[in-house]
Amino acid sequence: MRRIVVVGASAAGLAAAETLRREGYDGTLTLVGDEPLAPYDRPPLSKQLLSGEWRPEKLDLRTADDLAALDLDLRLGVAAIGLRLAERTVRLADGSTVPYDGLIIATGVRPRRLPSEGAHVLRTLDDALTLRDRLGPGRRLVIVGAGFLGAEAAAVGRQLGCEVTLLEPAPVPLAHAVGTDVGEMLTRAHLERGVNLRCGVTVAAVTEDGVRLADGELVEADEVLVAIGSMPNTEWLDGSGLSVGDGVVCDQYCEAARNVYAAGDVARWYNPLFGTSMRIEHRTNAAEQGMAAARNLLNSEARKPFSPVPYFWSDQYDMKIQAFGYLRGHDEVAVVEGDLAERRFVVAYRTGDRVSGALAVGMPPKAIRQWRQAIATGASWAEAVRPAVPAES
Amino acid sequence: MKVELEADKCVASGQCVLVAMDVFDQDDDGIAILLKQEIGDDLLDDVKEAVAVCPAAAIRLVEQ
Repeated sequence: MRRIVVVGASAAGLAAAETLRREGYDGTLTLVGDEPLAPYDRPPLSKQLLSGEWRPEKLDLRTADDLAALDLDLRLGVAAIGLRLAERTVRLADGSTVPYDGLIIATGVRPRRLPSEGAHVLRTLDDALTLRDRLGPGRRLVIVGAGFLGAEAAAVGRQLGCEVTLLEPAPVPLAHAVGTDVGEMLTRAHLERGVNLRCGVTVAAVTEDGVRLADGELVEADEVLVAIGSMPNTEWLDGSGLSVGDGVVCDQYCEAARNVYAAGDVARWYNPLFGTSMRIEHRTNAAEQGMAAARNLLNSEARKPFSPVPYFWSDQYDMKIQAFGYLRGHDEVAVVEGDLAERRFVVAYRTGDRVSGALAVGMPPKAIRQWRQAIATGASWAEAVRPAVPAES
Repeated sequence: MKVELEADKCVASGQCVLVAMDVFDQDDDGIAILLKQEIGDDLLDDVKEAVAVCPAAAIRLVEQ
């Protein structure tokens, strides 16, 4: 294999490129990114960058020297706009065509938007800097969507002295993701800090003055942040013949077609550990999957299934939330250590008869590690959680 | 080779401990701790893996 193209120059694409070199690949390595910036980290955008605690340079994932050592054919500020599988070429927005023997797709996601102009989204460094410059004491920030991104931005907004209103269509924020009890615990933390949380509301439009609800009420705002989830960047693959359905559809090796792999937020692959296909928008998965895709592309005779225990964290006020496994669609949540009210706890998630996930707040690493292990080994609920009392049915 | 850790970037994921437990540990808040600063060839691959999986780009390997 003499020509490998990695499309997407964020965490997953960078991890793939680095792994290719570490594994001894010394051919042409093209890294394509639609943003004009060298690879940078996104999780701090809604935290340290938005709060002004960190300068943008701190988000650089690698130094200029580290990047130079990769000997990349680096194409930044240019998006990929087409793929021809039969010809093994990628078309770029600048009119060039890049041939490949192997391809890794890591084009990520973009924010879902409301059909209105003037609202912020939070995905790129540019987005975060623009919003940061508009926040400050007394500014009225309305956030549409109380998922993890919206909640983190709400916490930062309060720290900066903004009046923050969170609008959420569900009765309890995050309940579908982490369960009702944990969702209510997180909700209380925001209420205590003075966030005006309004659940069960539907947003009709963003206007010049704020947010118009479906019942006609206007929620006034100086700035509006729309944080209602993301969509995978797959349009450039239309007509390529790749299977696309909420992400690039891959097998358990992260392969989408012969010598074409996908990694990171854009990849929907079959995770044998959980026996289901999934698409994970977490920072750790981007790195792990980028590495896995690169290894499988190079070592086609000795491929390994990609079967990680997904992991994510969220920082809100003084709470660090850490979660392992695949929580979506869980059947039961049980407190297995600590106390929700004290915000020091581990809860375990049951899917079928096994431990499928765990979420911890304020617990030491050793308390968490055993639950990660239980998930990784597919431990049965009866064995791992028997002494605990169900928190919710 | 020397391992460098930017502790203020650490997000307490513990990924480094999973792949290189001879070199990294975590304090009670989960923040990574270096057990060794200088490492030999025997641990080099593990630390390279830790650099690669660290979700905060908080670990670097530096030639001495």
